Amino acid sequence: MTQTAVGTVTTETFPKLLLENARVRGEKVAVREKDLGIWQSWTWKESADEVRWLACGLASRGLKRGMNVAIIGDNRPRLYWSFGAAQSVGAVPVPLYQDAISQEMQYVLENAEIEVAIVEDQEQVDKLLELLPQCPRLKLIVYDDPRGMRHYTQPQLLPYSELRDIGREYDETHPDFYPAEVNEGKPDDVSVILYTSGTTSKPKGVCLTHRAFIEASRGDVSFDGFNDSDEILSYLPMAWVGDHLFSYSQAMVAGFTVNCPESSETVMTDLREIGPTYYFAPPRVFENLLTQVMIRMEDASPFKRWLFDAFMAVAKRCGPDIMDGKPVPLFDRVLYAIGNALIYGPLRNNLGMSRIRVAYTGGAAIGPDLYRFYRSLGINLKQLYGQTETAAYVCKQPNGESRLDTVGKPLPGVEIKIADKGEILVKSPGMLKEYYKSPDASAETLTADGYFKTGDAGFFDNDGHLKIIDRAKDVGKLNDGTMFAPQFLENKLKFFPFVKEAVCFGDGRDMVCAFLNIEMQAVGNWAERNGLPYAGYVDLAQKEEVYSLLRECVDKVNEDLAQEASLSGSQIRRFLILHKELDADDDELTRTRKVRRNFVAEKYEPLVSALFSGASHCEIETQVKFEDGRSGVIRADVKIRDVELAAATEQRKAA
Amino acid sequence: MTAVRSLGEPILSMDSISLSFGGVKALTDISLHVRKHEILAIIGPNGAGKSSLLNVINGVYHPSSGSVTYKGATRSQMRPHEAASQGIARTFQNIALFKGMTVLDNIMTGRTLKMHAGFFWQCIYVGKARDEEIRHRRKVEEIIDFLQIESIRKTPVGRLPYGLQKRVELGRALAAEPELLLLDEPMAGMNIEEKEDMSRFILDINDEFGTTIVLIEHDMGVVMDLSDRVVVLDYGRKIGDGTPDEIRGNQEVIDAYLGVAH
Repeated sequence: MTQTAVGTVTTETFPKLLLENARVRGEKVAVREKDLGIWQSWTWKESADEVRWLACGLASRGLKRGMNVAIIGDNRPRLYWSFGAAQSVGAVPVPLYQDAISQEMQYVLENAEIEVAIVEDQEQVDKLLELLPQCPRLKLIVYDDPRGMRHYTQPQLLPYSELRDIGREYDETHPDFYPAEVNEGKPDDVSVILYTSGTTSKPKGVCLTHRAFIEASRGDVSFDGFNDSDEILSYLPMAWVGDHLFSYSQAMVAGFTVNCPESSETVMTDLREIGPTYYFAPPRVFENLLTQVMIRMEDASPFKRWLFDAFMAVAKRCGPDIMDGKPVPLFDRVLYAIGNALIYGPLRNNLGMSRIRVAYTGGAAIGPDLYRFYRSLGINLKQLYGQTETAAYVCKQPNGESRLDTVGKPLPGVEIKIADKGEILVKSPGMLKEYYKSPDASAETLTADGYFKTGDAGFFDNDGHLKIIDRAKDVGKLNDGTMFAPQFLENKLKFFPFVKEAVCFGDGRDMVCAFLNIEMQAVGNWAERNGLPYAGYVDLAQKEEVYSLLRECVDKVNEDLAQEASLSGSQIRRFLILHKELDADDDELTRTRKVRRNFVAEKYEPLVSALFSGASHCEIETQVKFEDGRSGVIRADVKIRDVELAAATEQRKAA
Repeated sequence: MTAVRSLGEPILSMDSISLSFGGVKALTDISLHVRKHEILAIIGPNGAGKSSLLNVINGVYHPSSGSVTYKGATRSQMRPHEAASQGIARTFQNIALFKGMTVLDNIMTGRTLKMHAGFFWQCIYVGKARDEEIRHRRKVEEIIDFLQIESIRKTPVGRLPYGLQKRVELGRALAAEPELLLLDEPMAGMNIEEKEDMSRFILDINDEFGTTIVLIEHDMGVVMDLSDRVVVLDYGRKIGDGTPDEIRGNQEVIDAYLGVAH
């Protein structure tokens, strides 16, 4: 009933796409959310109505074409509808990271001149209210969850349900308003502004158009054959380009179902209940899943452990080949089939991956063992490559051509050039329109002929797959001229379940040294099983036994490095375990949890010099920010350990 | 909390309660009122009789003299099941949950008194028994949502850390939809973050459900922030009763806590 008023149905903007979905698959489930322990669903038709009412409500409360709307919160259906509602009336949604502290939000709110914000709950409302003096422009704060909001009397506040009712009434008295507004939207209008997390500087607002996202999504959908029977679980931050592409844009183009978890802590359970067919996660999430499995296996009975180890060895040997349809000996096939019934099947089910057709990872390099683990279980895990500026649409691995060390082939419509210094230049249908209010930055990151400078160093291999080495500016040299690719080493270290983060130093120095962060869950569990008492994170991190444990990890990395001639010089000589976890609240990590290496080096300067000076310990005092914004100090005496270098193994030398 | 809450009439009055075990006098001539909708803290050094007082309120101990008036009815003693069915729920100093049962089931036990279907009907799970189960489950889910423990809904309680167990126990008490909630050291053994969470929940319960709360707590910071009124016990006698500010300046209370030079 809604789409008839729109006139000629075109699908070049998201609001039009939504109406089209409501027409074509109106009774199919568009979005689900778990509430009070039960999955609630909304069909495409219901979603379209919700968006329509919200759009009318926002418009009647003063939202105008061209204004920006902040959206802050966990993945909730109502927040996804907010994107559509803002876009319907020609406003631009600006999602913010929900775990950012208010000072971090201030910059974006000011830069984007936010007047209207739609937020999830009291936590986000509190942050915005705190910023009211600095951001007087903010006139309307709409909140979804009324919990704890009873005594808030600020005139800016309005519950979502009330706004929706206002919109519904407005729609009844002005039935022509919504269709007219939707019709006015053009494909080249900006559909969303995504702020990049900014490893080095202030965040930049990346303006992407309806056309960019829709074309990128069409490419993705045809590449992997997504359709409206697919299911995904949306649990990654809405402010991240990946989530916007998968949970909003691709869902609209393919018409598949988006499932919102009950809370961020229940993601594992929800994953198991939904059993998505299409799954995306950064390597870190895959790593956490694996760590949890391994921890539980270590607590299992010896017989179960033996069974698990034996069949995982079989899976590692032939699992990926069986999935890729390569020739495999009959005996291995039989073993794999038995393993599938006994181990892999139940394990996949436990991970919530029984129904997965396609799983992607990207955003950072994935550890070899991690990658092999999932693929050997029969999970079609592939890698992709892209940035916010290209709507994450650059390269993907085709089915059957999945490889550890590449990010796949250029997607349809994408052109890639390699610049002189190895930097990758991209032209993609999903290209950004500009950086918001920053023509300088726009000019800087685009070449004269319209290519986007990714800042990544890489090259094409013989099969036409793109290989990424490191950030172009991060690749450095030791004093003796050996190549030093810090991320490469860190990723190797981080694959060990006991290591949460690693930061390597070596550029312009004589040797490579590393900071390590222990993974509290895994090391804590290990300590408990070994009867090692500890008082907390700082205490555990500095235990002699824990140092020995991590030393074994570093030894293994060095052994690996020793096998490759070009890298054997960058083995890790000395390491220390940091007394606190690197944290995005302390600016040590970006919001997407990438280490800000230079910042860490400056902040812990005494530790870095102690590493390179040969000292055996170093006292340090560190400022920390707690989640509620207060700060405190952690003091510790951090130990430093030497590591012996590994030599290339005999066989290699002989060969 | 900036909310202005109207404190009502006394919901519970204790009139010259004394309690002794053999020769030990646990409580001596204690009178106090708990007003509707207030948060009343009972404090005092170890062995002052705080837990005994709670036990008198919900009928576990029977006072040797004095009377308890709850919602207009005066009794010389209360029986535990009477207390429970009339809207008094409590948590315990040492967690008293069913360790092998899930969080959900544990909280569900808090609904027992509100279930009416017979054993037989519950077994075959049709008609009224089923409707009732669904209704109770909904209530329990609301409590789970309220206490933000969705992620441990199906976890056996024995596997949870201490702080969460305390929260589950609070959930079970809430399941009875109490008018008067007795909390015996709800924050003992918690770290700062857990204490903050628990304080938040206590304030929210008081605010959103209008529940009257009597709590025993040793953390003075928490007590002074949370409560509308504080009652101080020492050697079974009441030595102070007033707002947190009044108590802070009460010389007798200071002496009881810091000791007096002899």
